[in-house]
Amino acid sequence: MRSDQSKLGFYLLLSPLLLWLVTLIILPHMGLFAVSISEKVGVREYETGFGNYAVFFNEPLYWRTFARTAIMSIMTTVLTLLLGFPIAYYIAKLMRGRAKTTLFLMCLIPFWVSELVRTFGWMILLRETGVLSNFLQFTGVIDGPVEFLYNDAAIMVGLVYTSILFMIVPLVTTLDSLDDSLIEAGYDLGGSGFSILREIVIPHAMPGIVSGCIVVFMLSLGNYLTPILLGGKDSLWFTGLIYTQFITRFNWELGSAFGFLLLALSSTIVFLGLKLSRQSLTNTMGR
Amino acid sequence: MKLGLVSTTVLIAALSGTTVSAETLRLLTWGGYAPEEVIAMFEAETGHTVEVTTSNNEEMIAKLRATNGGGFDLAQPSQDRIASAQEEFGIYKPIDMTRVDAAQFIPSMLSATAENTTFDGEVFGLPHVWGTSGLVVNTAEAGQVVDYTDLCDASVAGNVSYRLKRPTLIGFGYAMGLDPFAAYADLDAYQEILNQVEETLTACKPNVKTYWDGGDEIKNLLRSGEVVAAMAWDTGGWQLNADNADITFVAPAAGALGWIDTFVLPARGRADDAAYDWINFVMRPDIAAMITNTAGNFTAAVGGDEGVSADLKARYQASFDQAAIDNIKWYPPVPAGLEAMEGATLDRINAAN
Amino acid sequence: MTSTADLVCRDLTKDFTDFRAVDHVNFEVPNGSFFSILGPSGCGKTTLLRMIAGFQFPTSGDLLIKGKSMIGVGPNKRPVSMVFQHLALFPMMNIGKNVGFGLRQRGVAEAEIKTRVGRILERVGLPGIQDRSVDQLSGGQKQRVAIARCMVLEPDVLLLDEPLGALDLKLREHMKIELKTLQAEFNTTFVYITHDQSEALVMSDNIAVMNNGRFDQIGTAEELYYEPSNAFVAGFVGDANRFDGKVVGVDGQIVSIVTDGGAEMRGKTTAGVPAMGQRAQIFVRPEAIALLKDPAQTADHMNTGEWIVDSVLFNGANSLVILRHPKSGETIHATLPQTGTFLGLSKGQSVHTSWAPEQARCFATEGQ
Repeated sequence: MRSDQSKLGFYLLLSPLLLWLVTLIILPHMGLFAVSISEKVGVREYETGFGNYAVFFNEPLYWRTFARTAIMSIMTTVLTLLLGFPIAYYIAKLMRGRAKTTLFLMCLIPFWVSELVRTFGWMILLRETGVLSNFLQFTGVIDGPVEFLYNDAAIMVGLVYTSILFMIVPLVTTLDSLDDSLIEAGYDLGGSGFSILREIVIPHAMPGIVSGCIVVFMLSLGNYLTPILLGGKDSLWFTGLIYTQFITRFNWELGSAFGFLLLALSSTIVFLGLKLSRQSLTNTMGR
Repeated sequence: MKLGLVSTTVLIAALSGTTVSAETLRLLTWGGYAPEEVIAMFEAETGHTVEVTTSNNEEMIAKLRATNGGGFDLAQPSQDRIASAQEEFGIYKPIDMTRVDAAQFIPSMLSATAENTTFDGEVFGLPHVWGTSGLVVNTAEAGQVVDYTDLCDASVAGNVSYRLKRPTLIGFGYAMGLDPFAAYADLDAYQEILNQVEETLTACKPNVKTYWDGGDEIKNLLRSGEVVAAMAWDTGGWQLNADNADITFVAPAAGALGWIDTFVLPARGRADDAAYDWINFVMRPDIAAMITNTAGNFTAAVGGDEGVSADLKARYQASFDQAAIDNIKWYPPVPAGLEAMEGATLDRINAAN
Repeated sequence: MTSTADLVCRDLTKDFTDFRAVDHVNFEVPNGSFFSILGPSGCGKTTLLRMIAGFQFPTSGDLLIKGKSMIGVGPNKRPVSMVFQHLALFPMMNIGKNVGFGLRQRGVAEAEIKTRVGRILERVGLPGIQDRSVDQLSGGQKQRVAIARCMVLEPDVLLLDEPLGALDLKLREHMKIELKTLQAEFNTTFVYITHDQSEALVMSDNIAVMNNGRFDQIGTAEELYYEPSNAFVAGFVGDANRFDGKVVGVDGQIVSIVTDGGAEMRGKTTAGVPAMGQRAQIFVRPEAIALLKDPAQTADHMNTGEWIVDSVLFNGANSLVILRHPKSGETIHATLPQTGTFLGLSKGQSVHTSWAPEQARCFATEGQ
């Protein structure tokens, strides 16, 4: 009787999670997969097959965009890490009390407005008649207006800006938990700043680095707005292709196949990243 | 006297409001097609409430497709995209002409739209707002741009923008002396046209500053002077003209591309009464003029241009003389399968370096 | 004796924005000795240690290690090593890597690091644990690894920042002896800071008692215990009964006071004779108080009195009895003699006490 009750409680507690998993994650993906393996043969006529996946591999534009998106996302992740680590270190280790909270909040401020507004902010800064171009002309660094927008560098700037918070937060958390005396012990035993960073700080922060990188990579890979708005005429992004297939081309079948390939790509790269850094998913995300 | 008339109208409206039960009209339309004041008047007169979702052609179809024609009671896609979407996805229901006050529509537009939106012998669309795509040019900087292909001229290199979408393919086709609409029926001939256009647009790519995506984006580019000539909608040009007299809409030598946005009933719409009420309400000349003044485009309403502001009329007439009007290329219905061919062409242009 | 001391501090001072943590401290630590700095928390001993290690720089004064000034020398360039309060072993490395860390920083060849790490672990009694991870070790083992990690660098001075604080009592007692043994074996100068007087007394050759940023007294354990130089040292080092009162008589070095509760007692002063009527304190160690059943046994009638037993704290050889004065209500702690005379003493009984004035210390109350 008693065990029946506790079992009931267990299932009641489990049900929201199961409901969430099934209705919001598993079912849509099954539906997406079902759509992705149906090939259109005529008006309202479909056949089952992997033709949509074949289209992807046979069309260089698609897989090149796919590779380009992955490579640029990895570069964004690396850049975000390089920029975010000193900031996180400064916040976690060199600031105390109030100043620490204030700095941390300042990192959050840009995220009080939507991604769209943030991206428009960058457009105002980087465009030919924008703030940066005018400032450089004013100071005499350049003679005429220069267009900083509509290229891959602008996309990187936008992506790094959009995702840096998601790097800083886990880094600050892990660096916070690093006992100062470990760093002091490193110095005391004759270590230099660089060797302490390499042998003590980075190994300790590794779970935070990896979880930050996973989140930033996923955010960049799945970003749609920033590459579309800041990117140039050659700057294709894979999510843009998916959007085009679904909305402009009415080709949901190919769009679903692309969606599944993106899922596979991100999973593979995260898996490889975890293997390379010798971290486990539980160790990094379970914190 | 006038006061009496208004109060009578209100009384009749109130009475009709009590006889016909009030509904919520979920309207899927373009920005500017349902101004706040028009909605307020409609709600006061009929008792219905209106919820507006603004969108564009592709998203309208995608949204309705996702729900099999549910979620909205009235939509406004362009007339050339209705028959094929109905054939493929079955997302609309036929128009009941007995419930429409046909006398409010300009007859030629009503019949042309009916013809273009007929599928399986039934009519699915009513004309509402029409307009054109052509060139928006800063005449002080790039007065030499008079046709689509002039955008590829070296004199405007780096200061040009257009969309990477099907109207661009068709406009360039006409400017190159081809006739894409005539080739709609013959897919091989159409592919031949696409191949030639692809070559031109690929060669033109270095001239382009960026492919624009939204109406506000292109207006910003033109207003700031970063772009001096673009392929865009007529209203955008006229709006910019109000701020800067140098910028205006130019009907290209090869002909502006004419579109008509329609009323269609989604297959699983629930408030048909409210939808028909809305159609008959906004086609009244006074309301149609209000919509023209906000959207910037003229409507298919009889006498709808009378109440339009003098400025807008003047800009329209400056862009379109009679020859230019006669030269407008009206979009015929898009046959199924054409968009896939165009998509492949657009992808190749996008990927070319 | 060696020619120069390993560690010399001259007028060392450290000011923070709103207070002075270390105030003109002078001391020398001879080669190979065990030197403790004993003081309550907040007395400035940690700041002093961190200055020696190089994590903080003195405001004024000089600090010499092996005769060389360390002003402006970073912690990674000083010939000192530190065992941190929580040991600060690197959890991301195994034991071998931990101990070899300092040698790696010096660019010692990999093979030599291996032999030296192996040798030092053997010396601290933990041979062959190089491949274990930090959390596989017990508290005492970690302690020894932390010392090995420092000693493998052969520092001139080893600093220890209350390293026994985190251990449980039994292990702490054991480690005290072990640390002393290790120090003797390595023959390296140890500077040890602690707030625990028993750690300092057991291990040290010399102890400095620190209070409010100053050294009150430097001396051997015996000197501090039997000849405290002021009231703070007398109260802080070892247990003592303290009486506050007014000076009523001075006879050479023997001072009589009347406590606030009305009891009269005498003590010897070594730090200057207080004036009549001045307030003074008398400190008496519990073991200096003789318990008597009969008042007639006290010969010289000095510091005698009759007390009521308040409670008996039995703790084997360290048993104490708390006595209450029948009139003033003051209590004192006295050691229960091991002779068995007072076996069965219980609450409410009355006993007589006496102690020689030479075994009590009298200091004028400070701030007067």
